[in-house]
Amino acid sequence: MSRETPQDRQGAAAAPPVNPIRLHRELAALWDTPAGWQQLGAVNHTILGKRFILAAFFFFGVGGLLAMLIRVQLATSGTAFVGPEIYGQLFTMHGTVMMFLFAIPMFEGFAIYLLPKLLGARDLAFPRLTAYGFWCYIFGASILLCAMIAGVAPDSGWFMYTPLSSSTYTPGINADVWLLGITFVEISALSAAVEITVSVLKVRAPGMSLARMPIMAWYLLITALMMLFGFPPLILGSILLELERAADLPFFDPTRGGDSLLWQHLFWLFGHPEVYIIFLPAAGAISMMIPTFARHELVGYRAVIVAVIAMAFLSFGLWVHHMFTVGIPHLALAFFSAASGLVAIPTAVQIFAWIATLAAGRPRFDVPMLYLGGFFFIFVVGGLTGVMLAMVPFNWQAHDTHFVVAHLHYVLVGGFVFPMMAATYYWLPHFTGRLAEHRVSKPAFWLIFLGFNLTFFHMHLTGLRGMPRRIDTYPVEARLDWLNLLSSVGSFVMTIGFALFVVDLVVHMRFGRRFRRNPWAARTLEWAMPTPTTSYAFASLPHIEERGDRLAPDAEGARLAAGRGYLGFTRNGWMETLGVDMVGGRPDQLIVLPRQTFLPLWSGLLTAAMVLCLLAKIYWLALFAFLAVVVSLLAWTGATGARQDMGALPIGNGASARPHWETEAPPSWWAMVMTCAAEATLFSSLLFGGLFLWLVAPQWPPARPALPDPLLAGACAVLLVLAAFAGRGGLAALLQQRSPALRLGVCAGAHGGAALLFALMAASVPVPTAHAHNATALVLLSLCGLRAGFGALLAAYGLWRWHAGFLSAARSLDLRIGRVWHDYAAATGLIGISAAFVFAWLATTGGTGS
Amino acid sequence: MRERFRSGVLFRPICLLAGGLLLSACTGPLSALQPEGPAARGTGTLWWIMLFAGTAIFLAVAAVLMLAFVRPAWLRRFGETRLILWGGLVVPLVILSGLVTAALALGERVLVVGQGEALRIEAMARQWTWRFRYPGGYETDDLLHLPVGRDVDIVLTSADVIHSFWVPRLGGKLDAIPGHVNVIRLRADRPGTYGGVCAEYCGIGHAPMRFSVEAHEEDAFAQAVGLAAASDTAVGGEGAR
Repeated sequence: MSRETPQDRQGAAAAPPVNPIRLHRELAALWDTPAGWQQLGAVNHTILGKRFILAAFFFFGVGGLLAMLIRVQLATSGTAFVGPEIYGQLFTMHGTVMMFLFAIPMFEGFAIYLLPKLLGARDLAFPRLTAYGFWCYIFGASILLCAMIAGVAPDSGWFMYTPLSSSTYTPGINADVWLLGITFVEISALSAAVEITVSVLKVRAPGMSLARMPIMAWYLLITALMMLFGFPPLILGSILLELERAADLPFFDPTRGGDSLLWQHLFWLFGHPEVYIIFLPAAGAISMMIPTFARHELVGYRAVIVAVIAMAFLSFGLWVHHMFTVGIPHLALAFFSAASGLVAIPTAVQIFAWIATLAAGRPRFDVPMLYLGGFFFIFVVGGLTGVMLAMVPFNWQAHDTHFVVAHLHYVLVGGFVFPMMAATYYWLPHFTGRLAEHRVSKPAFWLIFLGFNLTFFHMHLTGLRGMPRRIDTYPVEARLDWLNLLSSVGSFVMTIGFALFVVDLVVHMRFGRRFRRNPWAARTLEWAMPTPTTSYAFASLPHIEERGDRLAPDAEGARLAAGRGYLGFTRNGWMETLGVDMVGGRPDQLIVLPRQTFLPLWSGLLTAAMVLCLLAKIYWLALFAFLAVVVSLLAWTGATGARQDMGALPIGNGASARPHWETEAPPSWWAMVMTCAAEATLFSSLLFGGLFLWLVAPQWPPARPALPDPLLAGACAVLLVLAAFAGRGGLAALLQQRSPALRLGVCAGAHGGAALLFALMAASVPVPTAHAHNATALVLLSLCGLRAGFGALLAAYGLWRWHAGFLSAARSLDLRIGRVWHDYAAATGLIGISAAFVFAWLATTGGTGS
Repeated sequence: MRERFRSGVLFRPICLLAGGLLLSACTGPLSALQPEGPAARGTGTLWWIMLFAGTAIFLAVAAVLMLAFVRPAWLRRFGETRLILWGGLVVPLVILSGLVTAALALGERVLVVGQGEALRIEAMARQWTWRFRYPGGYETDDLLHLPVGRDVDIVLTSADVIHSFWVPRLGGKLDAIPGHVNVIRLRADRPGTYGGVCAEYCGIGHAPMRFSVEAHEEDAFAQAVGLAAASDTAVGGEGAR
């Protein structure tokens, strides 16, 4: 930001238009998504947030329906409602739908809708990525739904343990539907993770330093970072298992040097953080609501942030507590047991911070508080049984029984569903501009609350009385009938409650009273705007002088609507918001956001086509679809950037900033860094897998170790280093106002050559289907090759941008993003080559497995 | 009606029924809460301790929450930071340390595999049966004979997918994983028949993949598994099948 720039540069900013109506019209003309077919091209966070929430709620209904079918089957010991084949699909899909198609998208929807409004921005950093994520979610979910209707839904349990899910024991398409469909949906989770992380770090209102962020932004930032590192292990696992099923590469086959335990490690490395990924956003919502209803700011603000960070770290260190019965040495278990117990501490810190907030304020009671009461009761019980399960000897008894089923429902329904229902009532006026009637809300709450406890409370006992999970029938002699019948009755009571909840929402949307602004007298920024909200959220952006939960939305809202904040004008037909310096919150760039476009929809459709080809096992067509996806994603960039330097532009309030493509670290550069971090996690998981198999799996050493040709490997390493240096050289040349073309060409060529050599080395791996070691080497080298190939593409893209005139010394963003990848691909490529040699050496010295 | 109630015709059965329900709430052929061996008994004790402690903690948290509404002044006097520090850190840390230590000690006691004299019985799981093989080569399907009062190491493995061996009244469960060998030590204190189940989902035959455990006195056990007079019965006989 520099204040000395001439104010007259782009006209409009010098004298802000004071007429709020005119400003609204101008902004709306730019930001609104036209009606009709154009709605499919929406990239606006408000629209997409609502779509995510609605779709997730639909899938909550689907998951709930499946749960009711399960409860019908279990109501008595001899029920002949569905057979074991269908029952397997029912419980697998119930877990899968609730986890991947309800909980994660629901939180994403809330985050997408709320985040810019909490941070004082007009949209998230990457609106088209939001849209692409939405389409990936919808198409992936549709594949799963269609498979279910066709009766070929996944049926090996939602954690898909091998070898049951491998082609020998699940020969049908069922497991492929899960592996491909869920990986497809996870694209949306990963893109949301990148989007949320970068948006929180960069796209905020001026003056909002990290320390001034509203607490929800902290929760979402940490959750998004956890997703960035939590999802890649599962994605890798899914890819490996699909490769085993499709190409017979034996990663998990114990007869050929694989190990089913590798799948469990990869799955739970994701699966445990997943629980906290689901809980933390809900806890963030609680931390927003309790201060409003207590009429007192959150007590222990810093303690809560520290607790959430601690929780994030701990959550990656306790996945093994899902595997206490697989035969791991007791002392190792003790470590994970202690870590699992420890996670109760950050949870307790938050709970007592909320209690202290209530005690410090003058609490008033309203419907959201009622649901938060339900949360307290249920979640504390779930937390306590969680600590019990963390104790190894008790876990040996309770593991895989209905005790665990009860526990996980207490944690997830208590820790996510109840807070999200409270949040729904809290933010519904924001969505609709109407106040709730609340006539049905209370009976709905009591039916859900009592129904839930009637279903799950004594289910703890059902489990300890010897009922394993996932059984469709149980013998009369086990005397489990009345416990199960009670649970089934309870589940139907709960369902009636949820139906009433839906009725309540409909009544609210139809008959709720309209209100002016900020009905709860909250003190956070999302209420400083008209409701229902406008597409551009803020007519002008605030300057934040206080912590984000100590603001006065009413006065601020009027001021911003009058255009007296930053960017209270339009220019060039640009959709603008501000980017800030990460820590301090000084505005350092003008972010120009993309208009609505069908490109994300096309990319989504092409991705869906690729997944369908893989499902149908038409691999050559899948390859074409993949290339089409890449091309369609590159086509997104056509609309960004500029062909001449603009310098600093006025942003209102006498300040100015450069457009983002002329700055050092715009959101897209950070997105590349985050992408590399996620890919590095995936790559590390693969290296871990290779070592793990050597260490633990049976049937080692392999007959023919995969030793890469040293000559090829050496040449490949040289090319990788050359590519990285050429990439850097290209950027340096551009910054010195010389042509980067030659060096970019060398970079692309070197990457291409490296990719080719990797392909050669991968192709020369002896019989990859013979042993897990060979299969691992194949995947390792192929992955490195893919990275180099993508590097070549990026360098070529840079070359094209140079020739098209988008690059200059000031506009060097494309090359700087490229440089991150070139360096990353070279470093990980070298690691990959060394790993291939190390693995081969380990394989010749012999495994320690039996 | 009242006459009959007073005279005890109805009163006594109702009392018996209520008492019986309470008692039977925790019992059953598969109930981990009705232990018949040291491993299950230790875990049972841990459970009851955790249940009472957990209830106490729950009530305490609920009470503090109630105080925030009805007597907020008390909590305010205690101090906000202190409330978070004590409620969130100190108290849980003390409780958890005690609990983790106790569980570790118990785990070490339960998991004494490989020490001392123990009978080894091999258990091979496959979709969807259990085959037990005794010293001497005798085999039984879905029926496990155990000697009373003696440590037995069950050596678990699987021929196909992952299964899990669980006899709730004798001890915890352990997975039978293809390519791996896991050993669980059990001991039955009294003769009797106990239920066993597969606890890990293993396909459509998972629910009926049950087995029963018969604990015999030493002589009867030897007879049941063909160890008595091993010389004149065929080794590997199929008597139980």
